[in-house]
Amino acid sequence: MKSKKILEIKNLHVEVEGKEILKGLNLTLERGKINALMGPNGSGKSTLVNAIMGHPKYIVTKGQILFEGEDIINLSPDKRAKKGIFLSFQYPREISGVGVSKFLKTISKKLNPEFSLTDFKKNLKENSEILGISKEMNERYLNAGFSGGEKKKNEILQMLIMNPQLMMLDETDSGLDVDSLKTVAKGVNAAMGKDKCVFIITHYKRILEYVKPDKVLIMINGKIVLSGSGKLADELEKKGYEWIEED
Amino acid sequence: MADRIQQAYTMRNPENLKFKSPEGLTEELVRRISKDKNEPEWMLQRRLKSLEIFNSKPIPAWGPSLKDLNLDKIHYYLRPNAKNSKSWKEVPKDIYGTFEKLGIPEAERKALGGVGAQYESETIYHNLKKDLEKKGVVFTDCDTGLKEYEELFKRYFMTTCVSPNLHKFAALHAAVWSGGTFIYVPKNVKVEIPLQAYFRMNAQKGGQFEHTLIIADEGSEIHYIEGCSAPQYQESSLHAGCVEIHVLKNARVRYSSIENWSKNTYNLNTKRAVVEENGIIEWVNGNLGSHTTMLYPCSVLKGKNAKSDYIGIAYAGRGQYQDTGCKVYHLEKNTSSTVLSKGVSVDGGVTSYRGLVQINSGAVNSKSSVRCDGLMLDNKSKAMTLPAMDVHESQVEVSHEAVVGKIGEEDLFYLMSRGLSEMEATKLIVSGFIEPVVKELPLEYAVELNKLIELEIENSIC
Repeated sequence: MKSKKILEIKNLHVEVEGKEILKGLNLTLERGKINALMGPNGSGKSTLVNAIMGHPKYIVTKGQILFEGEDIINLSPDKRAKKGIFLSFQYPREISGVGVSKFLKTISKKLNPEFSLTDFKKNLKENSEILGISKEMNERYLNAGFSGGEKKKNEILQMLIMNPQLMMLDETDSGLDVDSLKTVAKGVNAAMGKDKCVFIITHYKRILEYVKPDKVLIMINGKIVLSGSGKLADELEKKGYEWIEED
Repeated sequence: MADRIQQAYTMRNPENLKFKSPEGLTEELVRRISKDKNEPEWMLQRRLKSLEIFNSKPIPAWGPSLKDLNLDKIHYYLRPNAKNSKSWKEVPKDIYGTFEKLGIPEAERKALGGVGAQYESETIYHNLKKDLEKKGVVFTDCDTGLKEYEELFKRYFMTTCVSPNLHKFAALHAAVWSGGTFIYVPKNVKVEIPLQAYFRMNAQKGGQFEHTLIIADEGSEIHYIEGCSAPQYQESSLHAGCVEIHVLKNARVRYSSIENWSKNTYNLNTKRAVVEENGIIEWVNGNLGSHTTMLYPCSVLKGKNAKSDYIGIAYAGRGQYQDTGCKVYHLEKNTSSTVLSKGVSVDGGVTSYRGLVQINSGAVNSKSSVRCDGLMLDNKSKAMTLPAMDVHESQVEVSHEAVVGKIGEEDLFYLMSRGLSEMEATKLIVSGFIEPVVKELPLEYAVELNKLIELEIENSIC
């Protein structure tokens, strides 16, 4: 029986280029739950998910990041990915010359020791259909010349193919029109399962209408300062963050 | 496959030569080569004249340094103990073993219309499919070509295409050339499957000076592939080959070559095509090995509507300097050229793109587009682009683009977050960077080139 806690962060301090961004952050995420992380610009939301994923620029100076009970701070990003951690990037990188389907095959082989080409092809077809991604689209180079919406859909396609335990989405909804937003949400809901966990960073409650959060967390100045139910997002939309900061 | 490739490039055979010239270059040696080959007097005279030119010209003072190349220490003529055979069965076992590891006989069976193989200074194998022979296609080594097609040689061999006066190493080549490939494709004959030649140097301090002469007669088509390699020794070897391609009216030639010389070879190679009206030359050029490469395939677009397409890739690791690029002369109306070049440098290696596009006055409606990119895998390495444009006509379209950069930390992180190790992520970025070039190669060569580069990256990053 897997522990209910999937991620536990204790007193996390993170520096970026010598500047401390996270200042003693504590956080617990549970399996089967969808969590939303909100907060003003510069509060450290992206820093948090990048530190969890292991970006070399984000240096942990103190604290622990426990994934399934194991401290992952010294693991390289690829080892974290293999454990089941995924980050949908706010700005996905353009990798010229590397075709999407070839790339997806490469990472599937890496992550799945029992890789089968037939299963992969079926999987790719089904998941592409969920996201309305055409076969031609998957023959293009990874994110090269993609529109903002295409890039975000491709992130979700990667996520569906990789089948991770912890899905972190860094402003995946930013810049999406309403149709794309619904499509992305459909993908996230399809990827979710009772053993899994979604962690969405967003500025808008719009996506939370399609991906219903069990919990909303508010981050200000490098710490989680408030958490509540999905209703908290409505309140923020009306009142902004100032009332919390004043408290 | 990776093991097979690595072994193929590092293995060396014990020396087994019928004749090995002493170190250095003399008139006596030039006479000996010509006599050994039973050449006509005019060829001997050309060799001797070229030797004079060689002695009178200085070492180029631009580009990579050649100061460690000691021309007095090279063995200029090495005759292996093997005759030129039409069957692999007749090729001595050790030599056959080398070519077998390089995958040549297998490629011949699977995908080629004909194969030539040169070991040291001489061709040891040559074979052309019967149906091509029947169509009048000639595919042989240059020594045989000279004997059997003397008139064509008088007209085309180092005359209007590459003259011995071009530079010091063209003159050296003309003095001591040996072996190589001669191809003649008759009018309107289209050779559908590629012909290939493979040049292998085995001896220490050896010199290889193979000559490739291709004549594509009017309306004909051919794809010719060259591969080259040599094992590693303590002291330098020298490769100064020469490729001459005559693309006659309405003809089309694709010339592909992957050169993977040992890391102490000086590769000072000359390649040039003269393209007549409506003719097309396509260059595919891969340079991985060698200590120093100076190679600038050149297209002379002599006839109206003539076209040149060049794609090149250079890889430089520790101690390597790859100075390559394409030269195009637009002499006539409506001529066009494209250049796509990719350089990868790692572990202190240097790649530089050195190219020239010259458009003459009167070459109206000519077009040229040049793109040259460099990718550095670390801070120690260098990538440069030195494209030159010399345009003497206003009614032309000329464009140039260059992107030089270091492999990005953000790109690596992105790929690593998908489960790839740093090495795998690096390889993937490099393979993507060179993809526009690799996809132009026949499948087997694309796979082999990717594997070679992966091996190089593993060796330099581990």
